[in-house]
Amino acid sequence: MTAKIDLLLANDITAPIAIDELEKAGIDRIYNPSSVVFVADHMVPAKDIDAANLCGKMRAFAKRQGAPLYEAGWGGIEHALLPEEGLVVPGMFVVGADSHTCTYGAVGCFATGVGSTDFAAALAMGELWFRVPESMKLIFKGKMGDGLMGKDLILNAIGKIGVDGAAYRAMEFEGQGIDDMLMDGRMTMCNMAIEAGAKSGIIAPDAKTVDYVRARSGRPFQLYRSSPDAQYVETVEFDVTDMEPQVALPHSPGNAKPVSEVTGTEVDQVVIGSCTNGRMEDLRIAARILRGRAVHSGLRCIIIPATQRLYLQALDEGLIETFVRANAIVSTPTCGPCLGMHMGVLGEGEVALSTTNRNFIGRMGHRSSSVYLASPATAAATAIEGIIADPRRYL
Amino acid sequence: MGIVYKVGDSIDTDLIVPARYLNTIDPAELGRHCFEDLDPEFLKARGGGMIVVAGRNFGCGSSREHAPISLKAAGVECVIAKSFARIFFRNAVNIGLPVMQCEEAAERAESGDDIQFDLFSGTIRNLKRDETYDAKPLPKSMQEIYSSGGLMNYVKRRLAERT
Repeated sequence: MTAKIDLLLANDITAPIAIDELEKAGIDRIYNPSSVVFVADHMVPAKDIDAANLCGKMRAFAKRQGAPLYEAGWGGIEHALLPEEGLVVPGMFVVGADSHTCTYGAVGCFATGVGSTDFAAALAMGELWFRVPESMKLIFKGKMGDGLMGKDLILNAIGKIGVDGAAYRAMEFEGQGIDDMLMDGRMTMCNMAIEAGAKSGIIAPDAKTVDYVRARSGRPFQLYRSSPDAQYVETVEFDVTDMEPQVALPHSPGNAKPVSEVTGTEVDQVVIGSCTNGRMEDLRIAARILRGRAVHSGLRCIIIPATQRLYLQALDEGLIETFVRANAIVSTPTCGPCLGMHMGVLGEGEVALSTTNRNFIGRMGHRSSSVYLASPATAAATAIEGIIADPRRYL
Repeated sequence: MGIVYKVGDSIDTDLIVPARYLNTIDPAELGRHCFEDLDPEFLKARGGGMIVVAGRNFGCGSSREHAPISLKAAGVECVIAKSFARIFFRNAVNIGLPVMQCEEAAERAESGDDIQFDLFSGTIRNLKRDETYDAKPLPKSMQEIYSSGGLMNYVKRRLAERT
């Protein structure tokens, strides 16, 4: 079907190709500049001359078209920024030239990632061709213990269904584990739906969603939930009550193991941040664990609040001081280290434990480096010990 | 027609072109780093005319269109896989890199085999093994994009129809 798009998004990596495609096609006016958002986040502050030029290309295009652009210093990481700014509200159909666009399913949007040429076509037409996905349901029963986070649930789920276990499908999350979870954790879960191949991750909006959105947006919204007789191609159940914190081993987000099976693995660098885990809940639990303690000697711990607003809030709450006193490196919002671009690239044979979303070969640096994925709680405990550690003893 | 280069399951877009090269959008430059972290020798031994044959979930991960652009610029004529990740598949179609889904062809082929393919009929012929396979038919909308020479040409036509 051809679907009208409510909001389009691109960043400093994906927008430049789209801009060239439009130019080559001789299309100089976009369909609706006010339904587009550009975010400079992947290579900012500009990591080198080429990156600066690509950012400049996006900046000039946004200006020419009259489309909003969040500059470094004004915004932050796109998938933390858009919900926080109230730009995505329940019932919207959001298409982003970034695979983690599926994050907005946590605020009741149908949101999916595309490439640059699809984005260019949508800029020109205001619509795009899509196949309606089949749905699968993941039910998280039971009550989460202290130290267990949305990240652990989604890593466990991907471990169970596999990295193409939700290919082309919409992944719907429900159950007490989801009901009890803060919006931040829900965003982590929908964010990583793509890591199971899904077209979209989605959580039916509830009172928490409405409170979150009303506090940030004056836009009208529409709450949708699946009808009681909805058909699911597959339903998978999880019990979170006794679930251990999870770690995905190199080199796949599908390699989830309980933390007890990997404790003791030596780590050179810890990264806490990204569109997956750079929000308040993430920073707060990291600070709770790091408070009055120090990063293990010889280990680098990089902490990145995902947006300027979160950075300021973390300052107000004293979290940044906790991090700096613990000898952590606090960075301005950027996607940098997650994809091995800048701000913490791994060298030959180095090992990182990271709260980001992918641990593919070479993802964060040299092809011989390796990445373990985990929650901010596990990351903070690991930063203290210098080896992969169970966070629950610090809580 | 091309010589098979066989890869495994879940080859992600970071392996196709590492993010450290995403500070350029120049196809030739992206092509020079194709599969660099998977096989640093990939480009040295080959001068184009390659068919990449893959397992399941080819192109998973990032939405970077740099990945199919890099494959195309490196001289890959077609990717045949047991299955594709959704965004990669769309991107490949949109830029005119032939992609074909065929479990049997992907299972049987080995590196070095000669393969002929016809994107529209879906026929894949392995000359070395003297076998012919049928790929999953492409949806009509995607056939139209290929025959227009990529999505943007198709969009131009649609825009002209609107006015």
